[in-house]
Amino acid sequence: MSVVLITIVSLAGLGAIAAMILFAASKKFQVFEDPRIDEVEEVLPATNCGGCGLPGCRAFAEALVKADDISSMNCPVGGADTMNAVASILGKEAGTAIPMVAVVRCNGSCEHAPKTTNYQGAQTCAVVSALYGGETGCAFGCDGLGDCVASCKFDAMYMDDETGLPVIIEENCVACGACIDACPKNIIELRKKGPKSRRIFVSCVNKDKGAPAKKACAVACIGCSKCFKICPHDAIEMKDNHAYIDYEKCKLCRKCVPECPTKAIHEINFPPPKPKVKKEEPETTPAD
Amino acid sequence: MLKTFSLGGVHPAENKLSAAKATEILPVPAEVVIPICQHIGAPGTPVVKKGDEVKVGQVIAQSSGFVSANIHSPVSGKVFKIDDILDASGYKRQAIIIKTEGDEWMADIDRSDSIRKGITLSSEEIIKRVGEAGIVGSGGATFPAHVKLSPPPGKTCEVLILNGVECEPYLTSDHRLMLEKGEEMLVGVSLLMKALFVDRAIIGIENNKQDAIEHIRKLVASYNGITVQPLKVQYPQGGEKQLIDACIGRQVPSGKLPIEVGAVVFNVGTAYAVYEAVQKNKPKIDRIVTVTGLSVKNPGNFLVRIGTPISALIEAVGGLPEDTGKVIAGGPMMGKALASLDAPVTKGTSGVLIVPEKIASRGKTEYCIRCSKCVSACPMGLSPYLLMTLAEKEIHDRAEEEKIMDCMECGSCSFTCPSNRPLLDYIRLGKGKVGQIMRSRIK
Repeated sequence: MSVVLITIVSLAGLGAIAAMILFAASKKFQVFEDPRIDEVEEVLPATNCGGCGLPGCRAFAEALVKADDISSMNCPVGGADTMNAVASILGKEAGTAIPMVAVVRCNGSCEHAPKTTNYQGAQTCAVVSALYGGETGCAFGCDGLGDCVASCKFDAMYMDDETGLPVIIEENCVACGACIDACPKNIIELRKKGPKSRRIFVSCVNKDKGAPAKKACAVACIGCSKCFKICPHDAIEMKDNHAYIDYEKCKLCRKCVPECPTKAIHEINFPPPKPKVKKEEPETTPAD
Repeated sequence: MLKTFSLGGVHPAENKLSAAKATEILPVPAEVVIPICQHIGAPGTPVVKKGDEVKVGQVIAQSSGFVSANIHSPVSGKVFKIDDILDASGYKRQAIIIKTEGDEWMADIDRSDSIRKGITLSSEEIIKRVGEAGIVGSGGATFPAHVKLSPPPGKTCEVLILNGVECEPYLTSDHRLMLEKGEEMLVGVSLLMKALFVDRAIIGIENNKQDAIEHIRKLVASYNGITVQPLKVQYPQGGEKQLIDACIGRQVPSGKLPIEVGAVVFNVGTAYAVYEAVQKNKPKIDRIVTVTGLSVKNPGNFLVRIGTPISALIEAVGGLPEDTGKVIAGGPMMGKALASLDAPVTKGTSGVLIVPEKIASRGKTEYCIRCSKCVSACPMGLSPYLLMTLAEKEIHDRAEEEKIMDCMECGSCSFTCPSNRPLLDYIRLGKGKVGQIMRSRIK
């Protein structure tokens, strides 16, 4: 009998001591965490894509709670709805972020930019571009081994077998920027989605002079400045033998599109005008 | 028992097809293309412009830093243009293109065949001459020679090691140089010894070059402090750290230079270039290139001017064989396949290898079977299979701990892998990334 009693008493005693230590420790080492962090994290999409520039949704939630002004912060996945929900939790003003989408600025398909060498090494763009200029004559163009597709967590990209180029599925793209970091040639760019998802861009990043650029790829930007001259909105910049359309300034007038002698300027999601516009690249699925 | 390095190594088929072929002098091409970056370090700055008349040996691009080298015109003629061209690296880089007119040399270059043995210059003057002449490591690494001749303060050189190993299969340019220009090369060695204040030099030569070993042994009898060290045939014995290990049994610590163990290594070709620069006042404007391959009609060794298109060298051996799979600048182990045959010969081009189609392709990549052949083959004691995975998965901190930066890219791991895994491809990528991280840490 006494054995049972001693056991109960001693274990109860031990339990009480342990409870006191734990209680004291929890008070002493308590870290105060703003409960709003959890609330904010709850409304974030939990994709941990890093599109906001921070490592994961939790880190973004912490940054949102900490910041006095969240108008410049944006969750590209959740968009305006998420940011408004966050703003109402925190009682702060949400910014109006422009919806962005990734675009592939290379049209050097197998047909346009024929292969001049045969690469058999490790099948990733990172290795090719560290080794040499690439399989085609264009050292700036797509390596076609799909590092961008592998980096996409949203099923928003695939490699087109026919052209050998990556294609972005516009509805799925959240503009997190993972493909941009993955591409060693800096071909992919985040651009303004535009009204009704319409946009115009130069689908080439070749910085060579006109003649070698054209020799390497039939649809290269040859830096002829024709688009630059015709643009009424001063939206086109000529640099390094190459035209760049500033999407902030571009008014989508499309005057530059027919000017381009190599058809390097692409227009996306515009209704077909009276003369038929031939689409060079299945850049998007016909949405909207 | 012949000496060799202590760790790893492989022995590919030697295929020294052109070993018995005497060096031929290739005619001066009608046009030369001179990349302004033919060495490790900062590219040179062009000092000529379109339309300028140049003579053989005239400086056309000035060294633009301590680790950089002057570049001289290998021909006389007119500068046609300065443009970006596709060179042997596979990238477009700036080059000076010169149209040849006649063959007029700078007046102060001694073009006679007589051997000048007397050394009159002081150590500093020798180093200065070497720097002015734009001499870089001829073995392929193209490290500017004057930098190696100026050891960092506090470090002294005890022994000079000459690399006559030529461990790359196929290549025979150093072999021919030792046979044909042995005497001049040894004067070059004496000059290097004087510049470094050392009284001991070892010439390491692999045992597959018996004639060169005997020839140089006979010649060194009249030179003080120079010895010949025959070595077992093993790739990559020509690697600096491997050669030091093989010749004097010292191991260079990880991340350190050979001077740490009191050694400085030069290629025999560099020693010959030093002789020409100091005794004959002739800058680095030509070099011996082996042009070879299993299907090549007439493989040989050629003395060519820098800037000669590689296509001209291929013409000299009877044209491109029909079954060509790829053309490599350098040897089969460390050389790089050319993206264009118009790429020029540079100071580091030791050979042009034409590989037949049937052996040019890589096999299908299979899974790693953990056979650890790559680990046994690695001369730096690394674990290539692990480094590859770390680089592939971008685990850079672990790769750094596993000493990825010690890799010298000899390719023994890829050569030995039974699953054809692209080990070196990924390790090279990882090295680039880890190097970037390490440099950003210093800043």
